[in-house]
Amino acid sequence: MSDDTRNISKIEQIKTIIPYLAKYKKKLFLGLFFVMMTNLVGAAMPLVIRNAVDHIEKHADMATLSWYSLGILAVALLEGIFLYAMRQTLIVVSRYVEYELRNDFFRHLQRMSLRFFHQHPTGDLMARATNDLNAVRSLVGPALMYFCNTSMLLLWTIGVMLYMSPGLTLWALLPLPITGFFVYKMIGRIHSIYRAVQEKYSDITTLTQENISGIRVVKSYIQEDFEKQRFALLNKDYIGQNLSMAKIRGLLWAGTGLFSGIGVLLVLWIGGLYVMEGQLTIGTLTAFFTLQTWLSWPMISLGWVLNMTEQGIVSMARLNEILQTPPEIADAPNVRRDITRVRGDIEFRNVSFAYDDNTPVLQDITFSLRAGETMAIVGHTGAGKSTLLNLIPRLLDIQEGEILIDGIPIRRLPLEVLRRHIGYVPQETFLFSDTIRENILFGAGNSSDGALEEVAKVARIYDDISEFDKGFETMLGERGINLSGGQKQRTAISRAIIRKPSILLLDDALSAVDTYTEEEILKRLRKEMAGTTSIIVSHRISTVKNADKIIVLENGQIRERGTHHSLLESNGIYAELHRKQLLEESLEEL
Amino acid sequence: MSGYEEEVLGKVYDHVLMRRLLKYTRPYTKQIVVAILALLLVAGLQLIQPRLTQIGIDEYISTGNIGGLKWIIALYAIILLTNFFVHLGRQYLMEWIGQQIMFSLRRDIFGTLQHLPLSFYNRTPVGRLITRVTTDVQSLNELFTSGLVAIFSDIIILTGIIILMLSMNWKLALAAMVVLPLLFIVTFIFKRKVRDVFRMIRTRIARINSYMQENISGMAVVQIFNREQKNFEQFDKLNASHLDAFLKTIFYFAVFFPLVSFIGALSTAIIIWYGGGQIIANELTFGGLVAFLQYSTMFFRPISDLSEKFNILQAAMAASERVFSLLDEKPEQDSGSLILPPDYRCRGEITFENVWFAYQDENWILKDISLEINAGEKVAIVGATGAGKSTIINLIARFYTIQKGVITLDGRNIKDYELQSLRRQIGIVLQDVFLFAGTIADNISLGNPEISREKIVEAARYVNALDFIEKLPNGFDTEVKERGATLSVGQKQLLSFARALAFNPSILILDEATSSIDTESEILIQKAMEKLIENRTSIIIAHRLSTIQNADKIVVLHKGEIREIGSHSELLRLNGLYARLYELQFIGQEVRTG
Repeated sequence: MSDDTRNISKIEQIKTIIPYLAKYKKKLFLGLFFVMMTNLVGAAMPLVIRNAVDHIEKHADMATLSWYSLGILAVALLEGIFLYAMRQTLIVVSRYVEYELRNDFFRHLQRMSLRFFHQHPTGDLMARATNDLNAVRSLVGPALMYFCNTSMLLLWTIGVMLYMSPGLTLWALLPLPITGFFVYKMIGRIHSIYRAVQEKYSDITTLTQENISGIRVVKSYIQEDFEKQRFALLNKDYIGQNLSMAKIRGLLWAGTGLFSGIGVLLVLWIGGLYVMEGQLTIGTLTAFFTLQTWLSWPMISLGWVLNMTEQGIVSMARLNEILQTPPEIADAPNVRRDITRVRGDIEFRNVSFAYDDNTPVLQDITFSLRAGETMAIVGHTGAGKSTLLNLIPRLLDIQEGEILIDGIPIRRLPLEVLRRHIGYVPQETFLFSDTIRENILFGAGNSSDGALEEVAKVARIYDDISEFDKGFETMLGERGINLSGGQKQRTAISRAIIRKPSILLLDDALSAVDTYTEEEILKRLRKEMAGTTSIIVSHRISTVKNADKIIVLENGQIRERGTHHSLLESNGIYAELHRKQLLEESLEEL
Repeated sequence: MSGYEEEVLGKVYDHVLMRRLLKYTRPYTKQIVVAILALLLVAGLQLIQPRLTQIGIDEYISTGNIGGLKWIIALYAIILLTNFFVHLGRQYLMEWIGQQIMFSLRRDIFGTLQHLPLSFYNRTPVGRLITRVTTDVQSLNELFTSGLVAIFSDIIILTGIIILMLSMNWKLALAAMVVLPLLFIVTFIFKRKVRDVFRMIRTRIARINSYMQENISGMAVVQIFNREQKNFEQFDKLNASHLDAFLKTIFYFAVFFPLVSFIGALSTAIIIWYGGGQIIANELTFGGLVAFLQYSTMFFRPISDLSEKFNILQAAMAASERVFSLLDEKPEQDSGSLILPPDYRCRGEITFENVWFAYQDENWILKDISLEINAGEKVAIVGATGAGKSTIINLIARFYTIQKGVITLDGRNIKDYELQSLRRQIGIVLQDVFLFAGTIADNISLGNPEISREKIVEAARYVNALDFIEKLPNGFDTEVKERGATLSVGQKQLLSFARALAFNPSILILDEATSSIDTESEILIQKAMEKLIENRTSIIIAHRLSTIQNADKIVVLHKGEIREIGSHSELLRLNGLYARLYELQFIGQEVRTG
């Protein structure tokens, strides 16, 4: 990549930050004004001190001294107020931008399809939401503030210096560009070493993770000592990298100290000569020393700001990768806005689906269900059962064929309407860290307590919940209790049926529930959900035998279809499965 | 388990923890003394600089003594250079000490991890343990390299300034320091406020992140249940409360920084007023006043970044608490005193006498198991999932301790053997073959340098793994990536056979792979297994009954109890559990191949 295109894309990235800043332009401009004022007033301080010192030299009286002291205080007070206002505007804006950016990121993720989450592991997305977001905030916050502050400070300080003594100013500023360049270079080196440090760091992480995951192998082969040696080697490498970083860092700090010292040295020397020649008062020389100490900070911060900016831009690019990914599944322009209800007819016509181009997950699937019918899907792990279910609420969009709901192509139904009429119990029960009530009411807004209890009874979770001290208000997850697998599944079923869906999708939703309870739940469901179209995925014959239609999936294709009886008669895969389960059940009973 | 634990923030300073941490510095006492001396020197060199300016002005500039000024300039230059090198050396030395301590800490944590019982790993998420070795040690590093040193050097500089000022002119010094109590009060209040808000911020950002993570993991549920808007609102609330907390800190900082600099200005004003008066009264020289002004600015600088150091300290204390509680975990019990020489080979006689075992309380996984395995016998254990088959492996290798009964090896209770001696006798092949990052050869020898390349190749040839290994791009030196994702299940199985063989144990325990393997590799594996179990006692946890028909003994486990023992034909004749399992297996195979 040439420097040119890189610069263009950098500008592109910065452009995407501007709308966020524009929202707070009033605060930003105020902030800039305060930066200016802070420095203006701040620069007045050495002037006051200089005049005071010069007066003292001319044997001023105590009254004049008092006035000067008060003057210093007044200037300090004013400076303090502006400093306060500056932080309250510029830094505050950066936090607002962070807030907005985080909200936008979250909202954008909500529009992404399942396929997107297949491609972007949670860890990767979280890294962007935390580290990168932080780097961008540093860019719009501290980097911007220090940049304004530093340039102002530099301008004023140089201005005041020039006013007091142009000749001495040149000498005082001599180390400035060298320091800036030096800091910039050093931080660049630090970054490249930092990458090496990070790599070693992740090696350590990997080794530890492997060691812990494979601890049984380590222990059975008595490799503990050997593992320790392996770790020690990496550990040594790692501190080696850290130490080369320490060298550079030490050089950076000691170097800036040296350069600013040289500045003072030059002023003392040249300024001293000027004073002796009578070109300069001692007061001015003193003021120069004060200004000099001020300059050492901008020298350091300039290199630092440059670096923060670079990192912020890289991170913004990483955020934009996500923010600029268009949602794959959304309402098309020709969507039928007039549709507000779904009855529950489902038809698949030669549907094929693949996550990527070469490996089809579903091939040529055709079936149709009238509203109120129940269909069961059986098949081995990886046969494509869950993927098939995911197509109905359009968590995934198909590549070939057609899915019709109530006779209308699924893409022409408003997404919100389609999903509102679907009750879905996924294979991996996902409950949120919230109360049981909130979890069940998840998609049903303001249902009554009666409805809540009713669905809990249908899913046979009511008694379990009643046994908890806080009942429906019991917290789940990290800050609460852990339900058993079966309890989770039954909660998820309540969550699905409280919406009174037209289509109910159960993806192996009762696998952790014992057969007796399962039977009870299914019986209640059949009664309560009489008009609902149901698709049930299960490994258990007992679960599927009452379905109106049964299909057997294998390698993404429908291998058998029929009813329980017709499938038993044809004596194929389904019949084998049935025999196997009968045996297993009889084993259980022994 | 989300990786965003809400940090429980403890004290900023904990004496007991600090003492334990300081123990790690002991081997480096000499270096630390040197570093402290260097620190004092740097502080001295920094403090002397304004003094030089003062002498330059007072003695030479005001008297027009160019020679003297040149002398001062030269001295100044020497001091600057010395300061540069001492500063560099000290910083590097400090970091070096810090890194050595981190090395020891990491070594100790990792070492501790090697000797904890399996039950510990069952209840602790891997992620949390990794955090101990990585992130937590890192924040301790900051304590050693930035926190402690900075605090120490600040204290030295502050005391130095005070002493210098007092010695130069004690009256003016006291007058300049009148503001100190005010400074302490302001800092104290600020510290408390900021601590509370920072704690709040940490909790809130942890909430935001775990909410976001949860939503990403459960996005399908969110979308199907049309919860986007509502969940966004909840997220927005969390996000806004985080923003609020931050705005508060910004406010505190916005008040604190100007206040400190105002107090600094107050001190300057006093110096001008009182010092000026002293000059009028001829009690102070001109240069003295200038030096005082410089010292007072130096004095206020370290105080303003106090809060940052405070954070480092707090984070480090929390980290060390977590690290030490891990280091305090009780290691695996090694009660045995019977130490076998490394090349010792036991006969391989194993008995279980009325063994009861539960992972937890009284949930018995194995009930009253009695079993005799003669030296050199081939025993198969079969049973449905959850029957307790795999638990038996864990008990023989003493990964867990049994509650009741006795397990013996060659007639001695396995508790009498030293753990390593016992395990050296046993080779275990687990069903999930665990491959480490490294070459194929490393994975066979587990990187153990005592196992030569010849031995590795020999082991691979013996178990029929040589063919496929030689077809890999770099043969035995091919890197295994992502836990062997590119290898087939069968190939991994063969590798683990080679591994077991390379270690040449007297007893072999083999937990068959449950996942389906193609017929071709199944035959290869079958043959390799037969070779592997020659001349040693072997226990096979069988999932495919086809592989064990010629076992000397087949043990049928059911719900933690031994229900049937006998040879294949005996058990079939019995027409009990085994017969049914066998039939079930048969159906399963037909489904797969049909």
